[in-house]
Amino acid sequence: MKPAGSIVFFTVASGAGYGLLVWLGLLAGTGLLRITVGGLLLAQGLALALVTAGLCSSLLHLGHAERAWRALSQWRSSWLSREGVAAVLTYLPVLGAAAAVYAGAYPLAVALGVMGAVCALATVYCTSMIYASLKPIKEWSHPLVPAGYVVLALFSGAALLAPLLALLGGDSGMPALQVLIFGALAAGLKWQYWRSIDTARPLATLESATGLGRIGATKPLDPPHTQSNYLMREMGFRVARKHANKLRALTLWGGLLAPAGLAALSLGAASPMVAALPLVLGLLLAVAGMLLERWLMFAEATHTVTLYYRGN
Amino acid sequence: MTCLPASQPGQKKLGLVIDLDTCVGCQACATNCKEWNTSGMSAPLPDFNAYSAGAEGVWFNRVHSFEAGVGAAGKTVHFPRSCLHCDNAACVTVCPTGASYKRAEDGIVLVDADKCIGCQLCAWSCAYGAREFDEDAGVMKKCTLCVDRIYNENIPEAQRKPACVVTCPTGARHFGDLGDPESDVSKLVAARDGYALMPELDYQPVNRYLPPRAHVVPEQGKPVEDAPTPMDIKSGLLRWMDKVLTR
Repeated sequence: MKPAGSIVFFTVASGAGYGLLVWLGLLAGTGLLRITVGGLLLAQGLALALVTAGLCSSLLHLGHAERAWRALSQWRSSWLSREGVAAVLTYLPVLGAAAAVYAGAYPLAVALGVMGAVCALATVYCTSMIYASLKPIKEWSHPLVPAGYVVLALFSGAALLAPLLALLGGDSGMPALQVLIFGALAAGLKWQYWRSIDTARPLATLESATGLGRIGATKPLDPPHTQSNYLMREMGFRVARKHANKLRALTLWGGLLAPAGLAALSLGAASPMVAALPLVLGLLLAVAGMLLERWLMFAEATHTVTLYYRGN
Repeated sequence: MTCLPASQPGQKKLGLVIDLDTCVGCQACATNCKEWNTSGMSAPLPDFNAYSAGAEGVWFNRVHSFEAGVGAAGKTVHFPRSCLHCDNAACVTVCPTGASYKRAEDGIVLVDADKCIGCQLCAWSCAYGAREFDEDAGVMKKCTLCVDRIYNENIPEAQRKPACVVTCPTGARHFGDLGDPESDVSKLVAARDGYALMPELDYQPVNRYLPPRAHVVPEQGKPVEDAPTPMDIKSGLLRWMDKVLTR
């Protein structure tokens, strides 16, 4: 599948934003987050800015962005529509929580923050199901895809919260611990996912796609057209195997395990400013790793329509 | 509404039956499809770089050629690929706007271009590559089963069939109601062991393909030399001897 820049950016930016909203909502509610009112408002604003930038970027992928409002109508059947509805709904409790924090109504802020966290998680889950529900793409219709999206959102949200807290002069211990835990979890999950898709049986074969298996082994002879077309460009994109392995290693070690290690390093820091250094570095690596992971998610995905063109 | 219509008993399911035995891969169906539909309900079907390198465009029908089997049993099979108007059409249910829909009355899968936002999720969800994005208009396009021909009272009744079907010079394409077991197309499918493509995905295509007929393999054994006829024997003496000895 062709990696569309607008969608890669959307899922990375909004994933981190929703992840941050989840941690803010849950940690502030349980009193585990030591942050000033100004700091909390800044973090909420940052999360909403990331989410909004991502959603705007996703509109760039559309042929008719001005009709995007129509996408809120088919939530009964479409995960893309559900994602849109969940994304819009998330704004309500989060903006409400921010207003309550500003007004000093803390019990209300906690309740709305938890609601916002639930909505944010639901949105990320809907995003993942858009991919996981596509049967012709075996790398996407995989049970670990939704888990991957959710865990990576929580990882990148924590990777964002930890340096933010440290830079604000607060205690970044809790989110740093989450970077460590979710970075390791995400790395294990991605490793297992890659191993699984590498050994998975193909969904269909050219023999079943044409029904010619009854005659014997089938291979493409003449293509229907001599030039490229939409299908070949959109569904036929595939990253070379040797690059895939290098990029996977970069994602795993550079994008997930290195930020986790840096977060562990920050736990022993003497002051917030000392802790901020590895955490900021970890955030930069995590962002690069997320972009790479999402790009690979598309580039490694194969579609059954290529059976007709390439035979595999 | 992108939920699929509930299937009634005796549901009308219009579709195509494509005979891979008689298809010669002439591309006439693809050409006439483009010709009709570029001025039909989904018009225009754009072409980019039409007169230079990199020419490409939107087509609803693509004719592939495959080699199936090896040795004496091997065959070259021409294989037209187009929308199969699936009963369990994922391209319809994934649509976030309701632009993609399956008609309850005849099962045709269509796109309402005025509602389409061009997210292309339907093209991703189609296992068969039946949907092609119109990058010029920013909306998805697909085979309409010539819905603007088959019910069109302004054209002669004999022509109220999809453009690909009326133009096929070998009669390899058939159109009819595959929901009715008594229809000509259903009988043809039953008689020729017609099948659906990629059944493992459970999209339940309506269109059926008829397999190429088995080779007639000549009887094996030593070639037998033909005996010369009297006409082949030029010499009169030998002709007389042949006549005497054959008696």
